[in-house]
Amino acid sequence: MIDVLYFAWVRERIGLPKEQVETTAATVADLVAELKLREERYAAAFEDISALRVAVDQELCDFDTPLAGAREVAFFPPMTGG
Amino acid sequence: MTVRVQQAAFDLGAEVQDFATRQTQAGAVVNFTGIVRDTAAGDLDRMEIEHYPGMTESALAAIDAEAIKRWELKDSLIIHRFGILRPNEMIMMVATAAPHRVDAFEAAQYLMDYLKSRAPFWKKEFTKDGAEWVEAKLADEDALQKW
Repeated sequence: MIDVLYFAWVRERIGLPKEQVETTAATVADLVAELKLREERYAAAFEDISALRVAVDQELCDFDTPLAGAREVAFFPPMTGG
Repeated sequence: MTVRVQQAAFDLGAEVQDFATRQTQAGAVVNFTGIVRDTAAGDLDRMEIEHYPGMTESALAAIDAEAIKRWELKDSLIIHRFGILRPNEMIMMVATAAPHRVDAFEAAQYLMDYLKSRAPFWKKEFTKDGAEWVEAKLADEDALQKW
């Protein structure tokens, strides 16, 4: 089980801020592929992953990052702090 | 070296005064403050800032730690708000203290450049016509290249 978090318009498009996902995905990209197959709202949110950023266990990373041992994955648009 | 992520407003004058007066090894203090900018049409009702509790604090602390490695900083302060903010309200501030001004200025600019694109905050603007997420600017990402 892995906690998957969504922020900003990704959260709005998917319709929830956080969920637990049962997965055997090896990488973030594999997890995205699994989520996209679930429902249209997931497919819409992950349609263009170049518009998304990802953090594994609260560290920014790439979509090819392995998920072995990960507890938390978060998807969000580019950040707009300051 | 202090990082605060909070919903409540902060008193800019008091924060900078406290920061400056507690320095013993610094001759220069620089402060930057970000405020909610109204739209060109002047019809911004509010801005809502969302963040990633936990990662926000650790990302800001990591950016701060990198600044301390690169410049001779004696102290730093980052305050960033989240939640609902009205036009002209203060969103965030950074303050840096260094023996001399160049380090204080450069470190403050570095902190700002990084926290704009690497700290997990997202802004949404609400006007009478609806709501839109603020898009990250290419120029903000490019700004990181100079460091």
